[in-house]
Amino acid sequence: MLFFSLLVVVIFSFAFEPTAEQSRVIAGGLMWVAFLFAAVVALNQTWARELRNQVLDAYRVSPAPPNSLFLAKVLGNFLFVVVLEVLMAPLFMVFYQLRSVGPVWQLVVIALLGTWALVVNGTFFAALSIRTRSREVMLPLILFPISIPALLAMVHGTTWVLTGESSPDTSIKLLLVYDVIFTAVCLLLFESVLNAE
Amino acid sequence: MTGQSDSSRHPVIVLQDLVKFFGRFAALRGITESFSPARLYVVVGDNGAGKSTLLRVIAGLTQPSQGSVTLLGARTAHEVAHRIGYMGHAPLLYDELSGMENLRYFAGLYGREGDAICGNSMQSVGLDPELERRVGQYSQGMRQRLSLARAVLHNPELMLLDEPFSNVDVHSARDMAAVLGRVRDKGKTVFVVTHQSSLMEQVADEFVHMSEGKIVSRESVRQAPASATSGVGGER
Amino acid sequence: MKPLSLAFIVFTLALLGFSTYQALFVAPTEQTMGEVQRIFYYHVPSAWVAGVCFFVNFLASIAYILKRSSNADALGAASAEVGVVFCTIVLITGPIWARPVWGIWWTWDARLTTTLVLWLIYVSYLILRRFAAGSQTQLLSAVLGIFGFVDVPIVYMSIRWFRTQHPSPVMGGGENSGLDPAMLHAFLWNLLAFTCVGIVLVVARYRLQQMENEVEAEHARLALAGGSR
Repeated sequence: MLFFSLLVVVIFSFAFEPTAEQSRVIAGGLMWVAFLFAAVVALNQTWARELRNQVLDAYRVSPAPPNSLFLAKVLGNFLFVVVLEVLMAPLFMVFYQLRSVGPVWQLVVIALLGTWALVVNGTFFAALSIRTRSREVMLPLILFPISIPALLAMVHGTTWVLTGESSPDTSIKLLLVYDVIFTAVCLLLFESVLNAE
Repeated sequence: MTGQSDSSRHPVIVLQDLVKFFGRFAALRGITESFSPARLYVVVGDNGAGKSTLLRVIAGLTQPSQGSVTLLGARTAHEVAHRIGYMGHAPLLYDELSGMENLRYFAGLYGREGDAICGNSMQSVGLDPELERRVGQYSQGMRQRLSLARAVLHNPELMLLDEPFSNVDVHSARDMAAVLGRVRDKGKTVFVVTHQSSLMEQVADEFVHMSEGKIVSRESVRQAPASATSGVGGER
Repeated sequence: MKPLSLAFIVFTLALLGFSTYQALFVAPTEQTMGEVQRIFYYHVPSAWVAGVCFFVNFLASIAYILKRSSNADALGAASAEVGVVFCTIVLITGPIWARPVWGIWWTWDARLTTTLVLWLIYVSYLILRRFAAGSQTQLLSAVLGIFGFVDVPIVYMSIRWFRTQHPSPVMGGGENSGLDPAMLHAFLWNLLAFTCVGIVLVVARYRLQQMENEVEAEHARLALAGGSR
């Protein structure tokens, strides 16, 4: 996974070779697309261990609440993807000679909220796609369209901070709303998906 | 004796017009039976008779297409999940963890702590608690035995076991059968689905014969308790 | 087919004929855009019908989660399909309108972009329906139907806030200036006609799905009674 992330960063920098000025404008988009692809590779593995020996049956039969399982998986994925981002971001900064005009803490907030948005839905849809054919393709296929608003917010917020053009308040607000609403929807519906046989 | 007749007043499992479809295939075709507690039932039948499906429906893993299941007085298995132990065809274990780690983890799901419980469980199925090997490297038989240990870890009142003896050597299988008999003697109810009915002859209370999605007969090997079940066939 | 249904279909066809006549011949030609502006009478009503279909899908999905009824699932399938069809019409008429008038094939204005994202979401819904393992199709698609519709307002907000830097011609016809009353007249007739067409299609598709479900149920009943294969 770590090496894959490095590959993604390098390939993107071969594809786009902007000047230092231009790079600030497009870096937001580039980084998030790179994070997205790395995250999908991680998300596809979410339930792999449970599937191998039908361990999910053991969870379903136990008195443990399904949402505990869900949140545990989301947190695990969240931490994992955040670590990936922490590793990939400096690489991007080096390859593109990026220096943020706006405050870095805002970038961190956007990254955390945005990652949660991708991971909470991603973990849920990973569980959904367990019961489909072409599992690995179904996950991104369902995840991407629904994540578009969050992606827009992440990319624009990041760009605005990097270029210092404007405040990322709108992005942060949208990401908060997105996170709250979809976390709630996931929690409401996870039990049904877990018990679908 | 008073204890036994008290518990036998309330059947532990009641099936009412149970039907289960998988697409167009009827795996269970209308089953109405009740089962008394503190008995060891052995479910036998050909492949495709519906034995595993029946067990999964009782465990709450599969929803019936029609009909109902009442177990331990509850309408859904989830309500009484802490009182049920299930063992399936697949091991239901994490390959990446060792035997004790697996048991500790699953004990946690039932709110139980303590290495003692896990250690005892492993020993009762003939496995060494000190074994550090990951379950992924176990032999089939060892995995099977650990899966049984996981199912009975939390001392459930009702045990649902699907082919517990597959890939287990005869000697260990006899030990496991004896363990199940002892468990039944303590007042638990045990359902075992198996092809190897001979292993269970010593300890079984009743053989339940299934064919093509129905229970065709029930054969008591031992005396049924005072309030007999309302099953078909009775004693032979 | 029931006489009421047949009557409604005939009525709808007549209505469609009338509204087309209104749109193409009666409504006045737009000053700046010319004849091509008449696409407006198809573009906007299609968007409206698509939106209603997706809302129906949302309700049907919720109904399925709560009641697990096959009919709810059938309605969900029908409304999603018809919704995607009308969405496609919006996405095709958009460029056809944009090209001659503004010289560009595509414009990132709020409505068109939202339609594109909706199209993506509900096409993914249809693909999920096709790829889900048999018995779970109904539950999985109901779940996705809920996710999809909950996303709709967020999509619209995000596009409004984050795409405004692109100068975009407003495709809402005479929103800001107020529609010429004769145009409004034609527009409303088309809105009504398209809504009726939408209803006819959804009901037809729903009945089809119901019949398929009934065939499956009958097979199952036979399997139950008959026994061995």
